[in-house]
Amino acid sequence: MALRHRTITRRRALQGAGAAALLAAGPGLLHAGSGSSAGSTRLGTPAEIRGRKIELLVAETPVNYNGVTRLATTINGSIPAPTIRLREGDDVVIRVTNRLPVATSIHWHGILLPFQMDGVPGISFSGIAPGETFTYRFRLRQSGTYWYHSHSGFQEMTGMYGALIVEPRGGEPTGAGRDHAIVLSDWTDEDPMRVFAKLKIQSDVYNFNQPTAGDFLRDASQMGLQDAVARRRMWNEMRMNPTDLADLSDATLTFLMNGMAPGQNWTGLFRRGERLRLRFVNGTSNTFYDLRIPGLKMTVVHVDGQNVEPVTVDEFRFGPGETYDVLVEPKDEAHTIFAQSMDRTGFARGTLAVRPGLAAPVPDLDPVQWLTMADMMGTMAHGTSSHGSMEHAQPSGHGQHGAMAMNHADHAMSADPLAIPSPAVRHARTEYGPSVDMRVDMPRTNLDDPGIGLRDNGRRVLTLADLRSRPEVLDDPRTPTREIELHLTGNMERYSWSIDGLEFGRSTPVSMPHGERIRVILQNDTMMTHPMHLHGMWSELESPNGELLVRRHTIAVQPAQRISFLTTPNDLGRWAWHCHLLFHMDAGMFREVVVA
Amino acid sequence: MKTTAFRMVTAALSIPALALISSHVAAQPGHQHEPSATGPAAEAQTAAPMEPRQPSAVGAAAMDHGTMQMQGGTPPANAREPHAYSDGYTLTEGPYALPGPRQLVLADEHRFWAVLGDRIEYDDDSDTGVYDVQAWYGTTYDRLTAKLEGDLTDGRLEESQSELLWSRAFSGYFDTQVGVRFDQYDEGDNREWLALGVQGLAPYWFEVDLTAYIGDQGRSALSLEAEYDLLLSQRLILQPRTEINAYGKRDAANGIGDGLSDIALGMRLRYEFSRQFAPYVGVEWSRKFGDTADFARAADEAVRDTVYVMGVRFWF
Repeated sequence: MALRHRTITRRRALQGAGAAALLAAGPGLLHAGSGSSAGSTRLGTPAEIRGRKIELLVAETPVNYNGVTRLATTINGSIPAPTIRLREGDDVVIRVTNRLPVATSIHWHGILLPFQMDGVPGISFSGIAPGETFTYRFRLRQSGTYWYHSHSGFQEMTGMYGALIVEPRGGEPTGAGRDHAIVLSDWTDEDPMRVFAKLKIQSDVYNFNQPTAGDFLRDASQMGLQDAVARRRMWNEMRMNPTDLADLSDATLTFLMNGMAPGQNWTGLFRRGERLRLRFVNGTSNTFYDLRIPGLKMTVVHVDGQNVEPVTVDEFRFGPGETYDVLVEPKDEAHTIFAQSMDRTGFARGTLAVRPGLAAPVPDLDPVQWLTMADMMGTMAHGTSSHGSMEHAQPSGHGQHGAMAMNHADHAMSADPLAIPSPAVRHARTEYGPSVDMRVDMPRTNLDDPGIGLRDNGRRVLTLADLRSRPEVLDDPRTPTREIELHLTGNMERYSWSIDGLEFGRSTPVSMPHGERIRVILQNDTMMTHPMHLHGMWSELESPNGELLVRRHTIAVQPAQRISFLTTPNDLGRWAWHCHLLFHMDAGMFREVVVA
Repeated sequence: MKTTAFRMVTAALSIPALALISSHVAAQPGHQHEPSATGPAAEAQTAAPMEPRQPSAVGAAAMDHGTMQMQGGTPPANAREPHAYSDGYTLTEGPYALPGPRQLVLADEHRFWAVLGDRIEYDDDSDTGVYDVQAWYGTTYDRLTAKLEGDLTDGRLEESQSELLWSRAFSGYFDTQVGVRFDQYDEGDNREWLALGVQGLAPYWFEVDLTAYIGDQGRSALSLEAEYDLLLSQRLILQPRTEINAYGKRDAANGIGDGLSDIALGMRLRYEFSRQFAPYVGVEWSRKFGDTADFARAADEAVRDTVYVMGVRFWF
C-alpha cells in the first residue's frame, strides 16, 4: 500500500480546484447535496445513487474545516461519498474512475463477493491506476447497511468513505418511516503520513490527558499516599500509560457527522410521530464513538448489516468499520445525536429535527477515565485483591471468566474438543521480542463489558453480550473442525502493531480451507481496543461456552479480552484481515487469508 | 520514542563489565504481581458515578503470580508457532497470489526519520552554548543513529563528540547500539572510539543511555545518562537528568584522569507550546573527580560548577 501522501502545495490546491471545476462540468456525475459551493467538497447529507449501474469518480477536491484549505480525496466530490442504494439479488456494475495522481481502490466493506472485486490493492487486484477506470461486477447475496471506502494508503482518512445500503428483496419489515444514513468520520488537517511519522517518533504526541504530578497530589490527598502510589505502580513499572485510549485526539482530529463538524450541525429531518430508522456507519480512521441521543431510547435492529433480535439501549460504542441500525421515535422538535470519542477529547454531533435550523442541548463530554487493571491483565486483575473497592473493571453479570471456561473445557473434552473455544492461552514464540510490549496470561472472556469509560455510567449501554442474530441469520450450525488462535499485539512506545508479534511484512497468510467450519480465537495482548475486520466471510461471534451469538463483519476486541468466532469461508481467493484503526492496519496489524 | 540525550561520557570499565551492567539495566523485569497493591485506585470516586460490584474472584487465585511475566522474557518450549496456520503459503506463493513481486507493502517496511534536539542552549553573557541532538533513519527495529553533542565558547566549538551508530531493537523498550565516536577538542588531541551501548526506556519511565567505548592505546570509557519527564501539567514538564563519565586511562592532553571523571545533575523546566517545540530554563550542577579534578585545578578551572541555562527542545 502506498504510504506517500503529498503535502498540499498551493499549486496542488489549484489543481484540485481545477479538477473539481472539471468535475462540476462533467457528464452528470455530480448530484446536488446540501452545503455545496462551487469548486469545493460538498459536505452534509450526500447524494443517493440507485440502480444496477453506478459511476464513481475519485478526485482531489478542496475542503476547509478549520480555517485552512486542504485537499480531500473524495468520491463524486462529497464527504461522505454518495449513499449507494442497491437491491439484494441484483447483479451490479460499478465503474470507478481514478482522477487522483496516485493509484486508488474501493473496498465494499462487509459485502460477500468474488475476491477480485474486494478492492484491496496487492491482494484482490493491482489497484486502479491514475486515469484508469476499474469495473466492479458482483451479485448482491445479502441485504442491510454497509459502507465502502478506499483501501489505498491513507485515502480513507482524507475523505473516501460512504454508506452502502442493500435493500432486501422482500422489502423492509422494520415499519420505520424515514431512513437516514449517518456516516461518522474523523478528519485531520495534517498529512496523514506525517501524523503517522510523528507517532513513530513520540507515540503519545497527541495525548493531552496524561497523568500529571497534580493528579498524583490530588489522589494522594483524597485516597492517601499509599493508594495513590499503588494506583500508578503497575503502569509505571510496565511503562504503560493508563490514558492511552486513542492514538489521535482532538489535537489533530475534527470529528464529523455526515461530513459536518459539530458546529455545522448536520440535521436529519423527521415528521412528528414518525418512527425513524438511523443507519449509523463508523467510517472513521481512528475513532471509537460512544453514541447516544439524549432523551431517546434506541432500538438496535441490525448490526453490521445483519438482523439482530431488537435490543433497546441508551448508548452504544462502535469502532471503525462497524455499522448499527437503530429505530427511534422522536418526541421533541429536536434531538441531539451525540457521539463522543472514546478518549473524551471531542465529539461528533448532529440533530434530528422537524425542520432545519433547530438544535437541542449538547451534553458535556464525560470525564476521562484511566484504563483499569482488567484492561491490562484480564482476569488476573481480580486475584485476591484486598482493595476490592478499587477494582471496577469487570462488570459481573454473565461471569464468563477464564477459570469457568476451563471447567467447561474439562467436561467437553471427552465429547468434541472443538465444541467450545479453547481457554488455554498460547502465546506465539514471536511475542517475546521487541515488537510486543505486553502479553496477557489470563485474559477476560466475558462479553458483557461495555468497555472503558462506559462502565456503570448510569445509562443502558449495549455490549456484545446483548447481541443475538435472528435465527435465520446463523445458517451454519456445524461444530468447527479447526481452531486458529491469533494474538493482537503491539508496542506502543515503538508505535508498532502486529498479530502474534509479526507485522504484515514478516507474516505468512492464514490458510482457511474452502467451506470448512473454522473457529478463530482472537486474544488482545494490548491495552487498546481493536476492531478486527475479516474480509470475504462472516465472523460469527460465540460465547466462551461455544454458543453462537451474532454475525459480524467487524468485531472490536477489548484490551486483555479473548473472544472467539466461527467462520465458513465460502468464497475462494485471498482476503485481507486487519484492525480497522487505519494506522494499526498500516503499521502491520494485518494478515492475508487464503481460501482454497 | 522520546530522545534520551547523550552526553560526554567516559569510563574505565572493560566491555565485559559493561555487558553486565547493561544487561542489568536493560532487563525486562518480569512482573511480580501483588494484587493487594495494584488496585487502580478510586478514580471511580471522582469519575464514575457508581461503583461496579466486585465479581467473585476466579481464576487468578489459582495462579502462581510469581511466574507471571507480562513483558519480555524468552518463549517457552511449547510456544505457539506463528506460521503454523499458513499451510506453507506465503504472501507471494500459493493459490490466488497476485503474480510478480509483492505489491502490498505497509508502514512496517517503511523507513522513517527524525531529528531530536534535546538541548540547544546558549548563554549570551558568557558567550557559551551547548548542542545535544540525535537523529535517526530506519525502520522500527533497525536504525542508523547519529548523536551529536558539543560545547561552544566565544563562538568556537571548544569540544564535541559525534557518534554514528547502528541501533538494533533487542527488547520491547531497548536498543543495542554499535558504532563509532569521534571526539574533537579545540585545545587537546582528538580521539576516536568504537562504541557499544544500550539505549531505551527503563521501568518507571527513565530514559537511559549507557555506552562503553574502546579507543586506541588501550583507552576505554563508559558513559551513563538518564532522564525523566515529570509532567507538572500537560505542557509544563520538569526534567531531571544526570550524566556520569568514567575513563579507563589517563588522558593528560585532554585533561582527563582515570576512574570516575565527572558527574552532572540537571533540572530543566520546559513548556511545550507544541509537543515538538519547547523552550526551557534550568540549572545544571557538575563536579569533576580524581585526576580529572586535579587537571582542572592545575588549569585554574572550576572543579564544581553551577550554571543556569536557557534553551530549547524540539523534534521534527
